Amino acid sequence: MGLPPLKNRPCGGRYSDIVQAIGNTPLIEMRRLSPKPGVRIWAKMESFNPTGSVKDRVARALIEDAEEKGAIGPDTTILEPTSGNTGISLAMIAKRKGYRLKVVMPDNVTPERTQLLKMYGAEIVYSPGSQGSNGAVAMALEMAGSDPSYYMPYQYGNPANPRAHYEGTAPEILEELDGQIAAFVAGLGTGGTLMGNGRRFKEELGDAVKIVAAEPMQGEPVQGLRSLDDGFIPPIIDLSVLDRKIFVTNRDAIIWTRRLLDDEGIFAGVSSGAIASIAVRIAGEMDEGNVVFIVCDDGWKYLSSGIYTLPVDEVENLESTVWW
Amino acid sequence: MATIRIPPVLRPSVGGEREVQADGGTVGEVLEGLATAHPDTRGQLFGADGELNRYVNVYLNDEDVRVLDGLTTGVGEGDVLVILPAMAGGASPGGR
Repeated sequence: MGLPPLKNRPCGGRYSDIVQAIGNTPLIEMRRLSPKPGVRIWAKMESFNPTGSVKDRVARALIEDAEEKGAIGPDTTILEPTSGNTGISLAMIAKRKGYRLKVVMPDNVTPERTQLLKMYGAEIVYSPGSQGSNGAVAMALEMAGSDPSYYMPYQYGNPANPRAHYEGTAPEILEELDGQIAAFVAGLGTGGTLMGNGRRFKEELGDAVKIVAAEPMQGEPVQGLRSLDDGFIPPIIDLSVLDRKIFVTNRDAIIWTRRLLDDEGIFAGVSSGAIASIAVRIAGEMDEGNVVFIVCDDGWKYLSSGIYTLPVDEVENLESTVWW
Repeated sequence: MATIRIPPVLRPSVGGEREVQADGGTVGEVLEGLATAHPDTRGQLFGADGELNRYVNVYLNDEDVRVLDGLTTGVGEGDVLVILPAMAGGASPGGR
C-alpha cells in the first residue's frame, strides 16, 4: 500500500513577542523509521519552540497561572527544580516579563544548559547530580519552605503543566492528523506531556488511541538513594491514563538519537531518541494507523557530551549525566 | 523460572546478588517467591495491604506491571522482572 502524496501545511505566523510564538510546532513524518507501509510515524517537533524544547509550553502556562493567581511580582523570586529545559524556558519568559528566577538543578547537566540559563539571567543552585532530578526537587522544596519570598510553580505538581498540553499540544496534533491517531508516545518526566495529551486524546478518541510512556532506565549505582522509599512519583501522574509504560536504557536512547539524525535529519536530544525507539516498536506491533511521538528538545545542548560522535560504549559509560 | 533483577538498594537483602531466580506464574507469585527466599525484601516491596509499595516500580521485561495487570500480570518462562525505585527523569549512567 503506497503512501498518499504529502501536502505540506505551512506553519509560522506573526506574533507580538517571543512568548506568543510558543507552540504551533510542525508535525513531520518519519518515513524511514516506519517498519510497515501502512503505519505512519509522526514527530511532533517541540524542539521548534523558542528555546528549543517542549518546556516552553509548560513554562508559559506556569507563569501565566502564577500571574492569574497574583502569586508573583516585584518582591518574589520564582524558584523551580529542573534538569535544565524548564529552567531555560522559565528564564526566557521571566526575562521577557521582568521576573527574577532561581533554578535548582543537578550538577551533572551539560554545560550548555548552565550557559543558557546564565545568558537568560537566571541564578543557579546545584543539587547532587547522583540524585538526578529527584535531588533537585527535594532541595527546591526545602528552600521554598524556608523562605516566603520564593514562589515555586512546581511543574511536578502543578495542573498548569498538563493543561499546557491538554489545551495546546493535543489539539494541534488532532487537527494536524484529522483526529486519526492510533498511538501517542512521549517521555515520562514530570508527566505533564503524557497526562495532558493523554487525557485529551482519550476524551476525543476513546480507546482507539493508545497512550504510551517511555521512561529512562535508571543507571546504577545511584548514590544517595537510601531505600526504595526514596523514589519520587510526580503528583500530577495518573497511571490510569497510560496504556503502556516502557523503560529505555541509556544505550538504546543514544543509538536511536543517532538514528533520528542519520535516517531523518532530526537533530534531537537523547530523550527524543528514547521516545522514538518506543514509537518504532509500537508501530511494529500495528498493521495501520498513525503513531505520534514527541521530539522534546533539540541536540544543541548535548553536543559537549559526545553522544553524536563518540563510540556508544564510551557515551553509555560516561560519568553521571542527566539526559532527561 | 523467572529472573529478577535486583536494584542496588535491595542487594544487601539478597546476599549482594544482582539477579536471583524465582518460580511463579504471575508477578505477585514471583515476588512472593523472592520475599520468601529473602525475608528482608518483603517490607521494602510490599505494604501491609499486600500491594506493591508506592515507590516500587516492577517491570516485566521492560514494561511497568502497574500499567499491565499489576501483581496478577502473567509471567512466562525466561521472563525478566526488574525492580526499580520510582523516579522522574535524571537518568544517571554510571556512578560518581
